[in-house]
Amino acid sequence: MVRVIQLIVDNTSGVLSRISGLFSRRGYNIESITAGITADPRYTRITIVTSGDENILEQIEKQVGKLIDVRDIRVLDPEDSVYRELVLIKVKVGEEKRQALITVCDVFRSKIIDITKDSMIIELTGTQSKVGAFIELLSDYEILELARTGIAGLRRGSDGVIHLND
Amino acid sequence: MIGADAIVKCLEKEGVTTLFGYPGVAICPFFNSILKSKIKSVLVRSEQNAAHAASGYARVTGKVGVCVATSGPGATNLITGIATAYADSIPLICITGQVDSMLLGSDVFQEADITGAAESFVKYSYLVKDAAEIPRIMKEAFHLASTGRKGPVLIDVPIDIQNHPIQTFKYPESVKLRTYKPTVKGHAVQLKKVGRELAKAKKPLILAGGGVILSDAVSELNDFAHRYGIPVVSTMMGISSMSSDDPLYLGMIGNNGRSYANRAMQESDLLIVTGARIADRAVSSPNLVTNNTVLIHIDVDPAEIGKNVGPTIPIVGDIKHVFADLMKDPVSCDFSSWVGTLSSYRKAEAPRKAPRRSYIDPAKFVEMLSSKLEDDAVYVADVGQNQMWSCGYYVSKSGRFLTSGGMGTMGYSIPAALGAKLGDMKRQVVAVCGDGSFQMAMCELATMVSNDIPVKMIVFNNGYLGLVREYQHNTYNSYSMVELGNTPDLSKIAEAYGIPFVRLKSQAKMEETIDSFLEQKGSGLMECILDPMDTVR
Repeated sequence: MVRVIQLIVDNTSGVLSRISGLFSRRGYNIESITAGITADPRYTRITIVTSGDENILEQIEKQVGKLIDVRDIRVLDPEDSVYRELVLIKVKVGEEKRQALITVCDVFRSKIIDITKDSMIIELTGTQSKVGAFIELLSDYEILELARTGIAGLRRGSDGVIHLND
Repeated sequence: MIGADAIVKCLEKEGVTTLFGYPGVAICPFFNSILKSKIKSVLVRSEQNAAHAASGYARVTGKVGVCVATSGPGATNLITGIATAYADSIPLICITGQVDSMLLGSDVFQEADITGAAESFVKYSYLVKDAAEIPRIMKEAFHLASTGRKGPVLIDVPIDIQNHPIQTFKYPESVKLRTYKPTVKGHAVQLKKVGRELAKAKKPLILAGGGVILSDAVSELNDFAHRYGIPVVSTMMGISSMSSDDPLYLGMIGNNGRSYANRAMQESDLLIVTGARIADRAVSSPNLVTNNTVLIHIDVDPAEIGKNVGPTIPIVGDIKHVFADLMKDPVSCDFSSWVGTLSSYRKAEAPRKAPRRSYIDPAKFVEMLSSKLEDDAVYVADVGQNQMWSCGYYVSKSGRFLTSGGMGTMGYSIPAALGAKLGDMKRQVVAVCGDGSFQMAMCELATMVSNDIPVKMIVFNNGYLGLVREYQHNTYNSYSMVELGNTPDLSKIAEAYGIPFVRLKSQAKMEETIDSFLEQKGSGLMECILDPMDTVR
């Protein structure tokens, strides 16, 4: 079972290592982890995609919740959340196949952000399944390099917005 | 005022009167500032023992233990002590000196990333980067260490921060930790369910863990058990939460525990686990125990509940409060036939196989020694076969039983005993260890002697690392690396430190030797000659 967990943490030094260290020493999976400052620079939002059975997922929430730096922990339920991941793909492509690739990119509403004689860098933002489908489509081409950010997510609507005051 | 003065001032504000430490350049500003304070600083002989001594002190006083070491090797030497305290949820403040903050990360002399290295063994850690933050950090650290599930907190202070001037010192009245709010009171709805289950139960059993003692709930546990007549078993850390002569108390469970205590666990239909982790040494197959059993798990740490076994009724809260609240709900029940069954199991227990006659029987020795101690005495057991004998045969009254349960750290008993003694000089303190664990910590005899800390020490000498030898023998039918060979003449060791010594070789002399050993004033070292091939059971 895959679960997306959102943490709001104090922006203290070493906070990311405290969290990733907890995952590694207790043997929890991290499929992706993203961290970035929130609108309030004192806090960082971390989105972790993790997997495991129901017991492990419960333990993850409890153990992570015990960390003093963690201000808020919640599960981003796919029903009422949006997830996005950004991917940069460098594809080996010469002039003859370039147009076909641009067509594919258009369908996926991805952007071409760099182009050389024999390569292109494509930027795509979307859900993990969209990103996965796009990469699958590129299997006819040679992918030279690929960088995925891991997903960031937010809950929909204004209910459940976390207000940290102090 | 400089940062180091502020740290000392904070310790005073927290009521610290004793700390244990070992200096080095990076912590010198602190040890200079402490000259102006009334706080007694005890110089140990190795940093690890500073943490163990602070642990013994904390467990006897109920206060937070404090240990202080320098940067680099001083700090890394503390780690085993910190991990030992963490595994047993003992509240400690560990202060380490650190190299100049401008040099951090450049691998200068005696630099070690101690907050990083100790990360998985602390409840929280701080690397102080601004001297003005010291009062807030110290206040938070003491709060974190001593509340909820207790544990060690590390504060790493670079030398320039210790020397940095502070304009105004103000110790905060309260802490602002927005999310750290341990649950104290159990949930009312959950508590109600306990009464209902008790009314239905035929064979209830309480498993008392170290949490009962840590939350100062010994009298509440006893009141609760007696109110409803529920029998009690304990984990290793729960020993001394109930008196051995109490008919409701069945002793320790686990693979080294009493068979009838384990049998009670298997047969009970309502198991109330309080302040225990249901860890592997206590319950080897948790699911077997909880088959067809209603499990009530009370713990202050929500992450412990459901970690090893899924409870029927989880109760998050401080055991002291939970027991007090449970008593408010009167339930009429009668478990006397169950208690009767259990006591018949107890009578049927086969006695331990006695060692060869020319040696001291450690089980009999522990039983006799502990029953002759003063009622409120502190008994510190080390790790090894000696720990198993101590756990199995210790006679508890109203005293305290200390040991390294979670981590199983050899060499714990001597430093922990000296810390415990300093915690309460009026109480009798004995440390019982093996010849292996004694040699790990015997440097601390100097600390005892130099600081007039009278502790009675017993060394079980069998010439082996006996518990490992026993394990190897059972697993491989041979052994290696466990022969201690030339154990030094302990009478000469004692003489070198000016400590009275007695060697006990004959079972016939056991009683008179113990009597005179306990009667004599000051420290004492007793060596018991054990059968080298003696086993736990």
